[in-house]
Amino acid sequence: MLELKHIYKTFNPGTVNAKVALNDLNLTLRDGDFVTVIGGNGAGKSTMLNAVAGTFLVDSGTISIDGKDITRLPEHRRAAYLGRVFQDPMMGTAPTMQIEENLALAARRGQRRGLKWGITRLERMDYRELLKSLDLGLEDRMTSKVGLLSGGQRQALTLLMAALKRPKLLLLDEHTAALDPKTAAKVLELSDQIVAETGLTTMMVTHNMKDAIAHGNRLIMMDAGRVVLDIAGEEKKKLTVPQLLELFGKASGNDEADDKMLLS
Amino acid sequence: MDFLLTLFRSMPGALGQGLIWGIMAIGVYITYKILDVADLTVDGSLATGGAVCALLTVNGASPAVSLLAAIAAGMLAGLVTGFFHTFCGIPAILSGILTQLALYSINLRIMGWEGWGADNGTKATLAVSVDKHNLLVSSRYIREMGPENPLPVLAVFVVVAIALLYWFFGTELGSSIRATGSNRNMSRAQGINTNFTTVLGLVLSNGLVALSGGLLAQYQGSATVDMGRGAIVIGLAAVIIGEVIFGRFFHNFALKLLYAVFGAIIYYIVLQVVLRLGLDTNDLKLLTALVVAVFLAVPYWKGKYFRPGAKSSKEPAQTGGTGHA
Repeated sequence: MLELKHIYKTFNPGTVNAKVALNDLNLTLRDGDFVTVIGGNGAGKSTMLNAVAGTFLVDSGTISIDGKDITRLPEHRRAAYLGRVFQDPMMGTAPTMQIEENLALAARRGQRRGLKWGITRLERMDYRELLKSLDLGLEDRMTSKVGLLSGGQRQALTLLMAALKRPKLLLLDEHTAALDPKTAAKVLELSDQIVAETGLTTMMVTHNMKDAIAHGNRLIMMDAGRVVLDIAGEEKKKLTVPQLLELFGKASGNDEADDKMLLS
Repeated sequence: MDFLLTLFRSMPGALGQGLIWGIMAIGVYITYKILDVADLTVDGSLATGGAVCALLTVNGASPAVSLLAAIAAGMLAGLVTGFFHTFCGIPAILSGILTQLALYSINLRIMGWEGWGADNGTKATLAVSVDKHNLLVSSRYIREMGPENPLPVLAVFVVVAIALLYWFFGTELGSSIRATGSNRNMSRAQGINTNFTTVLGLVLSNGLVALSGGLLAQYQGSATVDMGRGAIVIGLAAVIIGEVIFGRFFHNFALKLLYAVFGAIIYYIVLQVVLRLGLDTNDLKLLTALVVAVFLAVPYWKGKYFRPGAKSSKEPAQTGGTGHA
């Protein structure tokens, strides 16, 4: 479904700050895959997600979704295929707009926005039910500004918005990293629940190895802008953190795994 | 007593000016509050609106046609600024300054236009006398009781403008402009072409500003090349005064636009007061700039110094659309 072929991306090319972020990256996702992505700082995890989302255009290589080449498509046009949740809870919602307005914006992802009302009465009823499922009491605050919500509430709402229009691919970019442990666990649980209910193909970047093992059906590890490890199915289920560290050491050619990996 | 009497007699004038500049303030509200962009085009596009309206009126066009042409000219100015900003990647403030500067020459040309094939020069003033032309509003009748009084007409303009904007910003398209001002990243992730919405907001805003310029030219009986000088600051003053005084009452969108108009009216009333108290007209811009600076600074200081334990204060230059629109 998602296919990345020979992706290269260098930031600040030709300067002393040149950084090769993606270096012959290849990855193919199957329909319904829930892939967790791990790797050290600067390994290219977020860069990969942003390349798929179209935050920047890649230097070379092709990105396709369901056989459609989206390599040169601008960010707002790719949005039709993608649901995204960011690391920063501030990034995924419009703070000065109401909860229901945010949902209504997400419900029109990939559609032409014309002079019809921005939100209908029928939608409001749907959103109430949807928000009820979060169990955060947001269904009674539908006309509150999103800026008044906590980080965890915002991430939960962003998740709902990302999945609302049934994207082809859900991109979760360390979306629990900025939350306190309890809230993070809750948002993660919600992510699992949404993916299970909808069967969305999902990529989730995480710094937490335990989470990477516990969630999804497939795990990839990145290093220096490419995929160095790809484990799926039964093999992934049996994985432990020490094993993962050892595998990482081998795959990346380091005897010792990057200290930054030892966050779990 | 004499002072109060002359002040009282100047109130209708202040009200008329306030209503006209209120429409301009609504335009500023759209860019500054909704889109979170400080658009300096308005200093030029206000005069463009005045110039186009005056030119057409002098050439015998009806007031309605003249005003519609003024709106179109202002929208074009907004389009140019939007083009500079989105397509050319020039920062919004600078884009507005560029258009504003270019409009100065263009406005001189518009007012100096004599006809096809004529020897067209430039003019800094273009008079539209209410004696010779059919005008919608004129300050001459500001104290008359009757149908020629400009105040009801101006009030209708304000109400219609607010009603149309209230409808528009409730639509899908209008919502996408609001989303753009609220969070550009999120908007793109939700499939909104933020370049398009930004340009659309600038077009809309400058259309309103030019309408205000057209009305102003009719009202005062002439268009001048510098009628828009400092307009952005007056517009900001109106938006901020309206928000500070009325903002705590209701948060309905239409009312927020109305508050900007109230702000403009209050601005002109205060202006009359300080003028009657003996302030030199030439010092007005200094006063206005200081007032706006203080009103912009106060919320920042409050956030920074008077709220211990509050989350990090907002960046001073970016507070435009956050938290209000």
